[in-house]
Amino acid sequence: MTAPVSSAFSPGAAATRATDAILRDTLHGTHRGVVVDSPPGAGKSTLVVRAALELASAGRPLMIIAQTNAQVDDLVLRLAEKDDELPVGRLHSSDTDPYDKALDDLPNVRKSTKAADLAGLDVVISTAAKWAHVKGVEPWRHAIVDEAYQMRSDALLAVAGLFERALFVGDPGQLDPFAIVGSEQWAGLSYDPSASAVTTLLAHNRELPQHRLPVSWRLPASAAPLVSGAFYPYTPFRSGTDHGDRQLAFAVPSDGSGPDRVIDEAAEAGWGLLELPARHTPRTDPEAVRAVAQVVRRLLDRGGAATSERSEEPVPLTADRIAVGTAHRDQAASVRSALAALGVTDVVVDTANRLQGREYDVTVVLHPLSGRPDATAFHLETGRLCVLASRHRHACIVVCRAGVSELLDDHPSTEPVQLGVTVKFPDGWEANHAVLATLGEHRVAWRPSD
Amino acid sequence: MSLIATLSRLEAVRTGRAQPAATVRHRHLSERPLVLVPLITAGEAGAPLGALVGTDRDAPRLLVVPQPRDRDLRFTFLAELADLVLPYVDAYGDVVEAAERSETDPETGKRVKVEVDLCANAPQLIVPSRTGIDFVRLLGRAMRFRRTAEQDPEAPHPAPPRVPLLGRWLTHFGERARVPGSSLLLALTDLLARHWATGQSSVEDQHLGALLAWIDPPEGESGDAAARRAELARDGDGQLLCPPAGPATDPAFDNKLLAPAIERYDRARAALAAAEDGLEADDRFGDLTAAEREIRALVESRTRPTWDAVWRGLDLLRELPEGAHATDRWTRDRWSFTGHRDRIIAGEPPQPRRDDAVTAANKLATREREQARLDAQEALDDPLVMAGRRLAGEAFAGEVTEVVMAYSEGKRPSPRPLVTVRTDDRPHLGERTKVYRSLGGKPQAAEFVGYDGPEGGDHGNLVVLRIVDKMGRGKEPEEGSVPQKGDPVCFTLFEHDQRGGAKLPDPEETPWTHGGPPGEPDAVPLPEQPDPPTEEDTL
Repeated sequence: MTAPVSSAFSPGAAATRATDAILRDTLHGTHRGVVVDSPPGAGKSTLVVRAALELASAGRPLMIIAQTNAQVDDLVLRLAEKDDELPVGRLHSSDTDPYDKALDDLPNVRKSTKAADLAGLDVVISTAAKWAHVKGVEPWRHAIVDEAYQMRSDALLAVAGLFERALFVGDPGQLDPFAIVGSEQWAGLSYDPSASAVTTLLAHNRELPQHRLPVSWRLPASAAPLVSGAFYPYTPFRSGTDHGDRQLAFAVPSDGSGPDRVIDEAAEAGWGLLELPARHTPRTDPEAVRAVAQVVRRLLDRGGAATSERSEEPVPLTADRIAVGTAHRDQAASVRSALAALGVTDVVVDTANRLQGREYDVTVVLHPLSGRPDATAFHLETGRLCVLASRHRHACIVVCRAGVSELLDDHPSTEPVQLGVTVKFPDGWEANHAVLATLGEHRVAWRPSD
Repeated sequence: MSLIATLSRLEAVRTGRAQPAATVRHRHLSERPLVLVPLITAGEAGAPLGALVGTDRDAPRLLVVPQPRDRDLRFTFLAELADLVLPYVDAYGDVVEAAERSETDPETGKRVKVEVDLCANAPQLIVPSRTGIDFVRLLGRAMRFRRTAEQDPEAPHPAPPRVPLLGRWLTHFGERARVPGSSLLLALTDLLARHWATGQSSVEDQHLGALLAWIDPPEGESGDAAARRAELARDGDGQLLCPPAGPATDPAFDNKLLAPAIERYDRARAALAAAEDGLEADDRFGDLTAAEREIRALVESRTRPTWDAVWRGLDLLRELPEGAHATDRWTRDRWSFTGHRDRIIAGEPPQPRRDDAVTAANKLATREREQARLDAQEALDDPLVMAGRRLAGEAFAGEVTEVVMAYSEGKRPSPRPLVTVRTDDRPHLGERTKVYRSLGGKPQAAEFVGYDGPEGGDHGNLVVLRIVDKMGRGKEPEEGSVPQKGDPVCFTLFEHDQRGGAKLPDPEETPWTHGGPPGEPDAVPLPEQPDPPTEEDTL
């Protein structure tokens, strides 16, 4: 083996330096909080696990706050993978099936609905919603707040009394938390309850050290520059792998159809745009939904194999390595039905909100603006597109109606400017154009009836 | 916009008439609402020009500020408004019934039932449009911190007595109006748009005249034409035949009629002030009165059509029977009203300018809970709303085709019957999705097991569910707790009721992440400080 000499920048070394600085501030710093910004796939979970283990081994018990039960269970499993003797407490709700059954096989994990039962364990972990019900306990000296940018300020308010100091980890580029009722009344207040936990934290504690992870290990070299440039213009990152380190090949040659041509384009370039004729459609555009399903069907049928730094041999592209992302739940449901009609049942189909934090080899995305007559703030939200465009290790195929670029030009952002609110850059309008410009270079125009 | 709303609007366009969007009335309407039709001065959002106020549709009281920039005249207006609104509000505060409320006992920390007064009814304010609600809030903010001469003899411009109190009440009404499903303060355009789908956009629905034209067009005219006339038609002098519902006025009215009238009033006032003897003053006072009468007539001419439109809209709404849960929500409004009455009686200070962190978070949590509750209750009260949810895949209705008894595993087996429902709906059911149906007003939960046969077949879907609760404690389910073959059923994928959230810390215990307790020096760092000047600030 020869050492890579392609550039003076070593992603591994840069990532290690960043991680070391974060752990130094967390374990030995004087500040009450440390904030870590992590782009997609930059090793956020790895960092959380490592920080937890180091705090625990230094004899400092800690609590971990995640946002969903799936995230909590995932962290418990990762902790046990690294250290199967570490005493971990999983605080859970009293609903049916409150946690992943896999946790029952871990002897070091104690599970309870009451925080008191878990007192004294090295690590106690739960969701923010469950932690909010914990009252009358001695505060923990340390906490780790995972996915802190997806946590709402009012959720942090409910749990912040439980810890003295905390490490806040999250991805600022993903979907902002939202409220189902208007909250303009509090816009501009430093503690706006509908803002993200990190926004409030930093508004009140400007002196806190802020770090960021500089390398995305998930995104391929074809995707990192676009995602970094479009969604993280002031905090750029790069990919951990280089061009040519990853390959996607198919045993069955293309049959010349639109889906096959876009699959080949994406396998080659990392991006593919399957463009259907322009048309205004309902949200569950039947043609676009069918096109998404057909792309997935062909991905599976053509015997794909993914070569990457993870293993010597190419790994078959199986259903569990593919995901479909949509903007709305009814779209996801329609795609699921269309897939079932083609005999595909085990490919994950979900909305951007639910795909956050997940990773696949290939993703197929129904563009949020496809077929729409208008571009609302919901559909323009930067985070939604960022999530959908950054779940893949090899390739991302976007299915979209033609005309989105003109739609964007017809609908410049018109959200009212709120005093005291930091304007987020880039806005969704600009980010959408940036992504479209790149996708346009990998366009396969297709009329489904052909 | 939901699919059913889009379809209703398309149908409204085709038929030329608004289509019903509800079969029951989803908001409580008081027997005796107080209607307020305010107007403001162009370019000065906080300067009222006048208002029609009252509870009797045939005898509204007209209040006018002949020179809106005159602070004293504005105070006179507000004092008159207080004399009309406060007695109406107070009347409801005096009639109470006994009710129970659970409170935390300060000594034991336990939740205990306390007997308290609950106002038997509550006042209800109706304004024509959503901007009217904003104006009520604005008036509230402008008045509640005013000091009367009695409170502060040194105050440079003391407010008339009772004006600060009116400000507190209007602030309360304005805040309550932000709670989904509340009815203390309602905008008629919102109310009508909730119950009818017109053939125009929701922005156009904010025009009361156009909205009513779609819902109840004149004999022989289509809603489209009537709405267009309401929006655009002008008389020979260029004045709108249907004046805007306010509080903003039409510029043509401001320029051609109002401005000259105010100018005449100003001149008459100046002339009166310059009068040298009593006889001259008497003469000039007559001129002033005439000028004032002219402005009053102008304001009345612009508010009276809206006033009549509001009452006509209320008549239309009253034709719908009140939804079952609307009464429950009105009870919450009564609690809200009683709570504020108690705070005023207890001598508490007016609502602060800004919410502190804990209050803001509590309000947001309450409103989100009420929104979810409202969405569920409207669907349960109204088959047309439920149809929309069914069309969106969030509910399904059908007939029970089979019931198979089954039991849970474990030491004490409980009934877990499998119920098959044939439905033509296409619900978004995933593995073990929870669904709910209403059983004697309480939600009964079931779990989606799977489809019997292919999904989306010609004869509908056969959905297999496992009922999991509300069947009593015995081994066999209680009578009537399990649907029988042939029963029509409707299950929803959304929950019917909302759990209360976790209790937030008290404001005095606001954590460091949120700036610490309010009142501490750096509690609210951002909005209090002006931006530092930069080079770009000076040209």
